[in-house]
Amino acid sequence: MSTTTLDRTAAGRLPGTLRLGVDRARYEIRGFFRERDAIIFIFAYPIIMLAIFATVFGQDGAEVADGVPFAQYFLPGMIATGVLLSSFQSLAISIPVERDEGGLKRLGGTPLPPAAYFLGKVGQVLVVSVVQVGLLLAVAALLFDVDMPDASGWATFAWVFVLGVAAGAVCGVGFSSLPRSGRSASAVVTPVVLVLQFISGVFFAFYDLPSWMQQVASVFPLKWMAQGMRSVFLPDEAASLEPSGSWQHGATAAVLLAWLVVGLVVGVRTFRWRRRDDG
Amino acid sequence: MDDSDLAVRVTGLQKRYGEKRAVDGLDLTVARGEIVAVLGPNGAGKTTTVEILEGYRHRDGGDVRVLGGDPQTAGREWRARIGIVLQGTNDLAEATVSELVHHFARYYPDPRDPEEVIEAVGLREKARTRTRQLSGGQRRRLDVALGIVGRPELLFLDEPTTGFDPEARHAFWDLVSGLRDGGTTILLTTHYLEEAEHLADRVAVVRSGRVVAVDTPADLGGRSARQAVVRWTEGGAPRSERTDSPTALVAALGARLGGEVPGLQVVRPTLEDVYLGLIADDEDSTPAARPALATTEAAR
Repeated sequence: MSTTTLDRTAAGRLPGTLRLGVDRARYEIRGFFRERDAIIFIFAYPIIMLAIFATVFGQDGAEVADGVPFAQYFLPGMIATGVLLSSFQSLAISIPVERDEGGLKRLGGTPLPPAAYFLGKVGQVLVVSVVQVGLLLAVAALLFDVDMPDASGWATFAWVFVLGVAAGAVCGVGFSSLPRSGRSASAVVTPVVLVLQFISGVFFAFYDLPSWMQQVASVFPLKWMAQGMRSVFLPDEAASLEPSGSWQHGATAAVLLAWLVVGLVVGVRTFRWRRRDDG
Repeated sequence: MDDSDLAVRVTGLQKRYGEKRAVDGLDLTVARGEIVAVLGPNGAGKTTTVEILEGYRHRDGGDVRVLGGDPQTAGREWRARIGIVLQGTNDLAEATVSELVHHFARYYPDPRDPEEVIEAVGLREKARTRTRQLSGGQRRRLDVALGIVGRPELLFLDEPTTGFDPEARHAFWDLVSGLRDGGTTILLTTHYLEEAEHLADRVAVVRSGRVVAVDTPADLGGRSARQAVVRWTEGGAPRSERTDSPTALVAALGARLGGEVPGLQVVRPTLEDVYLGLIADDEDSTPAARPALATTEAAR
């Protein structure tokens, strides 16, 4: 092996956080696409849910409102829930598992900055979400004849999507310190995600929910992501179906940004390389 | 010894978990370029000590310098100069050996050539194999590869050969000796006396959170612990005597008993005998001063 250890003179500089973040993202993405079971679940789940809900509610050509079939009404909610799954849920479960297996402790013993680790996770979540939502949109357009939005609609889609993924990812990192072990992680995380899906207008039309439930949902980002996506995929008149009677883009951006900041602060403050019972 | 010649200097280290004093006034130095093995029973404070040196845990008292820095506050530059091989990790399942070594190399300012490292740990054949499919011994070699790819000045090895078969263990020892020859300082914890004897320049025995003896494997426990024991049978009863001059004693016995001495044995305590004597739970005596009552003593 090397005999240069003792006489090394000018050591190189430490690699930058951004470059390491990109390296980590590449590494994480490769790892993700090798776990076939997870891929199938994450990619197929929103598609299957859309198919079930569009078919069950849309029997005999039933519509939410004039000219708005159920597939079109549920698609935004499925996009939002897909983003929640591949960002929040996948990180809130996978990070405790990595911590349990000692992978985080190993990284903590290297000069890798935690920020680069987080960047890698966000990069992986972004790529997975893009593929997942792309597939979902393709299925919705080709099999369920859902109209795709115009240019300004895509612009709205882009910022809601990016903010939603970022907020979901940092909240996932923040939440990942809560489960005591990798084994309990999915039991702790899944109910949170399920409840959010039910109260946020993913599985039911949001306007049908009791108003107290709507108010509870308004605290969390999923409701706003779904509403933002409805503003993209539903005709303008459908805004009258929202409890507020409008799409509330300002409030959507504000709530998602607030969760992004809260998630970031909590994530940075609570993140641990090691298990809680490991000293 | 000047501080700049020391890779590790620990004085009066304290660590409590609740009421339990896991580390209780531990002193230890590791010179640059040497291999020091830390031995001790489970719960003696080995892992806690090493994890404090690695910067994973905070100490409650005492002074710790590792490569001139305080592990508790040292930053990325310091991390880049140490290498850590943990015990019992089960991560990295879906990545291949080659991907991992190349990836980890990118964390460091002046890494070794990843291909050279893979070769050195004997995983050339497995470079394209996913971690999940490696045997226990191969995984451990990968752990070492990831620990050394950053060209560390100081390498921590925590029970590196637990669960190895003898052949894999010997191959691993050659790897570690090679690292030392390349100038790497190594702090090793192990359960295997044979491993410490084979690899270490010095051995530190830890008991109840304290170093009770530190010396070369040959001199550990002091001269009295290394006294030969001569055993023989006389008048139908087994006899034994500890002595610095077994040859003279055997000659005297031969003269006295007139020829062949019945049941004659001359035994030198092994490192294991000395070690067991050192960690024997005897709170009243000062461990370092007490002669190691090796298992040979039981024959009396």
